[in-house]
Amino acid sequence: MAEGAKHLVRIGAVVAAMIVLMSTPCKSQESHIGNLTGLAKRGRPIYARYCVGCHGERGDGAGENAPHVNPQFPQPRDFTVGLFKCRSTPSGSIPLDSDLFDTVGRGINTTAMPSWFPLTRQERADLVAYIKTFSPRFRDEKPDPAVIIPPETALTPASLERGKGLYEANKCGECHGKDGRGDGPSAPSLRDNKGNPIPPYDFTTGERFKCGQTDSDLARIFLTGLDGTPMPTYVDYLQGDQIWDLIHYLRTLQTNHKHKTLWARLFAD
Amino acid sequence: MGGLGKRNAKSAVSHQIRPAQESSVERRGEIRARTREISWLLLYSVVLCSTLLMGSPTAQAIPAFARKYSLPCSACHEAWPKLNEFGQVFRDNGYQLGNDRDAPITQIPSYWPITFRITPQWHREYNQRVAVDNIPGDPASGQTEQRVSTSGFDISGVDIWAAGTLAKNISFVVLPSSDENGNFHFESAFVRFDNLAGSRWLNLKFGKFELDTPVSEKRILTLSNDGGFYQNYHFEPPGDTNITEMGDNQLGVELLGHSANSYTRYSVAVVSDSDGSPNLPTGRGYDVYSNVSHAFEVPHLGLQRFGVLNFTGESPTAYQTSNGQPIPGTGSGNKPWYRVGAYALDYIGKFDLSTVYVHASDSAYLGTGTAANQPLPAGARAPAWNGGFVESDYVYSPRLVLVTRYEAVRMSQQALPTSPHALGNIDAATVGYRWYPIMNSRAGLAWHQEYSWMISRDSSPLTGRDAAGSSLFFGFDFAF
Repeated sequence: MAEGAKHLVRIGAVVAAMIVLMSTPCKSQESHIGNLTGLAKRGRPIYARYCVGCHGERGDGAGENAPHVNPQFPQPRDFTVGLFKCRSTPSGSIPLDSDLFDTVGRGINTTAMPSWFPLTRQERADLVAYIKTFSPRFRDEKPDPAVIIPPETALTPASLERGKGLYEANKCGECHGKDGRGDGPSAPSLRDNKGNPIPPYDFTTGERFKCGQTDSDLARIFLTGLDGTPMPTYVDYLQGDQIWDLIHYLRTLQTNHKHKTLWARLFAD
Repeated sequence: MGGLGKRNAKSAVSHQIRPAQESSVERRGEIRARTREISWLLLYSVVLCSTLLMGSPTAQAIPAFARKYSLPCSACHEAWPKLNEFGQVFRDNGYQLGNDRDAPITQIPSYWPITFRITPQWHREYNQRVAVDNIPGDPASGQTEQRVSTSGFDISGVDIWAAGTLAKNISFVVLPSSDENGNFHFESAFVRFDNLAGSRWLNLKFGKFELDTPVSEKRILTLSNDGGFYQNYHFEPPGDTNITEMGDNQLGVELLGHSANSYTRYSVAVVSDSDGSPNLPTGRGYDVYSNVSHAFEVPHLGLQRFGVLNFTGESPTAYQTSNGQPIPGTGSGNKPWYRVGAYALDYIGKFDLSTVYVHASDSAYLGTGTAANQPLPAGARAPAWNGGFVESDYVYSPRLVLVTRYEAVRMSQQALPTSPHALGNIDAATVGYRWYPIMNSRAGLAWHQEYSWMISRDSSPLTGRDAAGSSLFFGFDFAF
C-alpha cells in the first residue's frame, strides 16, 4: 500500500505540474494608469477572449486570424519586439503604460485594430499589464519621458503656405502622395519592421489619424514617429512653429474633417 | 480502451482460479496493479477535463462578422449568441467598428455577409396533463387528462442571417428563418441609418426587428421547448385575446441612441399592433416601446446596468366579417394594454446575473375576449399580473458557459372574479450548459445540454389543475 500511495503522490505531482504548465506563467507584470493598477494575471483571460485571434497566444502577431486580415490593413502587431506605433515617448523608447492603455481604448484607425473602449477601465489596465509580459523590453528598460508638444500657433494663410512648403521639403509626398491620398511613388514598396506591406495614411478619407484625432495627436506623431513602420520621427527636422504649420496644411487635405455639428455638440459624450 | 478491457478480463480470469492459499505477495501485487490502473484513469480524467476547461483559451467564430473584421467570436459574445459589452456597442453602432473601413466598398470582394445557423438535437418532451380522447380517433368518446411523453432525434429550423453595412452609417439585417419543416418567414428585415447628424444618439431603424428588450431573447442561451424563451416576454392570461408580445419581433420604426461605450442607452420604437405579422392582419393601431438604461463600472466586479422599460398600445377587439370570417386588417374597437418593467444586469466576476421585473395589464375587453361594442361579462375587470426572472450565466471561459434561470408570473387580478386566483400563474426553471469544442474563424459549434421545467397553475384543460411540463435537450448548435 505504501508503494501505491507513493505512486499516487507521484501522479498528483505530475498533474499539479501539468496544471501549472498549462496556465502559462504570467510574469508578475503590472501596469499603472493614474490610480488604476492592472495585473497581468487578470489580463490573460481578457487577452484570450479579445486579442488572441490576431495577436496570437504568444503575442507575436501570428494569431489564427492574422493571415485573413483584410490585405488593405497592416498585419497585427508583434508584441514580442516591444515596438509600438502610438506612444508619447521618443522614437525607440518603449511606451508608457498610459500610451498602451489609450491605444487599447482608442483603437488604431484605418486598421483592423478596433476601439476596445467598451471594456471597463480595469479590464484595459489588466490587458496592458499582460501585453507587457510578451516583450523583455518592459522588464529590462524604462520608458523615456513623454515628448513635449509646443503650444499651438494661429491658423493663418501664411501658416498654411509654410506648411505646404514643409510638406514638400520633407518629402512627405513620397509616401503620402502629392494630394495626401497615400499614393506616393514609394507607397507600394513600404514595409513594416517584419517586412509586411504597410500602406501610408490617406488624409482624404476619414477624420482621424492612427493615433488619435486631435491636432495635438498629430503633433505627437511627428515628434515620436510610428515605431515599427516607415514613418520616422521629425523631431530633428521640424522646429517650433513648423509642426503646427504642417498640421494646419494637412488638415486642408482632410476633406472629411469638419467641425462638430450642432447635434454632436449637444449629444456627444 | 481495448488494452484496458483486456487487462480487466485477465484480472477476472485470475480471480476465478485463485486458490484459497494465495500468497499475500500476489495480493499486494494485484493491489498495486489496480492502484496503478486507477491512477492512470484518474490522470486521464484530469487531463481530459483540464484540456476541455483550461487548455483552449481561444474561442473564435461568428462567421459573417468574423470574416469581415477578423475578430474572434468571443470579442462580441460573452458566450455565443449572447452579446458582451463590446458586441453591444458594435450592434448599437450599426454593425460598425468605426475604423473608417466599415463600408462594404472597403472589403475584399469575396466577402459574403451570410451566416447559417441550425441545431440538430435529441430531446424529450413531457406534459403532465393533456386532454386525450378515451377512444383514440373518436372525439365522442369523451376525454381524460393523461401524461404524454415523447422523445427522439429532431432538428431545428434554420436561420439565414445576412447583416452588415450598405454604406458607411447605413446598416441592414435580413434574416429569413424557417421552422422545422422548411417554411420560411422573415424574422428580421430592416435598414438602419446610423449616427444621424453626426451623433451616435440618433440612429433610425425601419423594418422588422427585435425590440430592445432587457435581455435579448433572440440571443438566449437556452434552446429547449420549455426553456428556450422568456415566459414574461410572451405571457398572456388564459382567455386573453391580446396578440402583441414583447418577445416577438415587431414591424415599425425605432430611434436608438447610446454613449460611446453604450453605458447609457435609450430606444423608442413605434410598431404596428400586429405582433410582427406581415400583410396588416389586424387593425391600424400602433404600439410604443421604450427602454432606457445606464451602466457603471464597479472595480473588480464589472459592469452594472440598470434600466426601465415600457410597452404600451391598443389592440383590436372586433373585426368586420365576411361569411362570418374576420376580414384581415379591419380590426376595430381598440382597447389599451401596457407592460412596464425594471431590470438589472450585473457582472460579479464570471457570473453574469440578469434580473428582470415586469408588471402588466390588459383591458377587461382583451382579458375576457369581448368585442368593444358588446357588454362585458358581469364583474369583468382588467387582468393584471407581475412577473420576472433571474438568470445566472457563469462564464467559465469563452468556451464554456453554465446557465440557470428561474422565472415566475403571478396574476394579481383575474379578468373574471370567478376565475381561480392563481389561474395562469407560471413557475419555470432551466439549467444547462453550452460547450464550444470546435471553433475557428469561419464557423462555430456548440454542444448544448439543457433541462427545463415549467408549471402553469390551475390551467389543465379538463380539470383545471396544475399543468406541468418539462424538456430535456441535447444538441449541436452550429453556425457557419
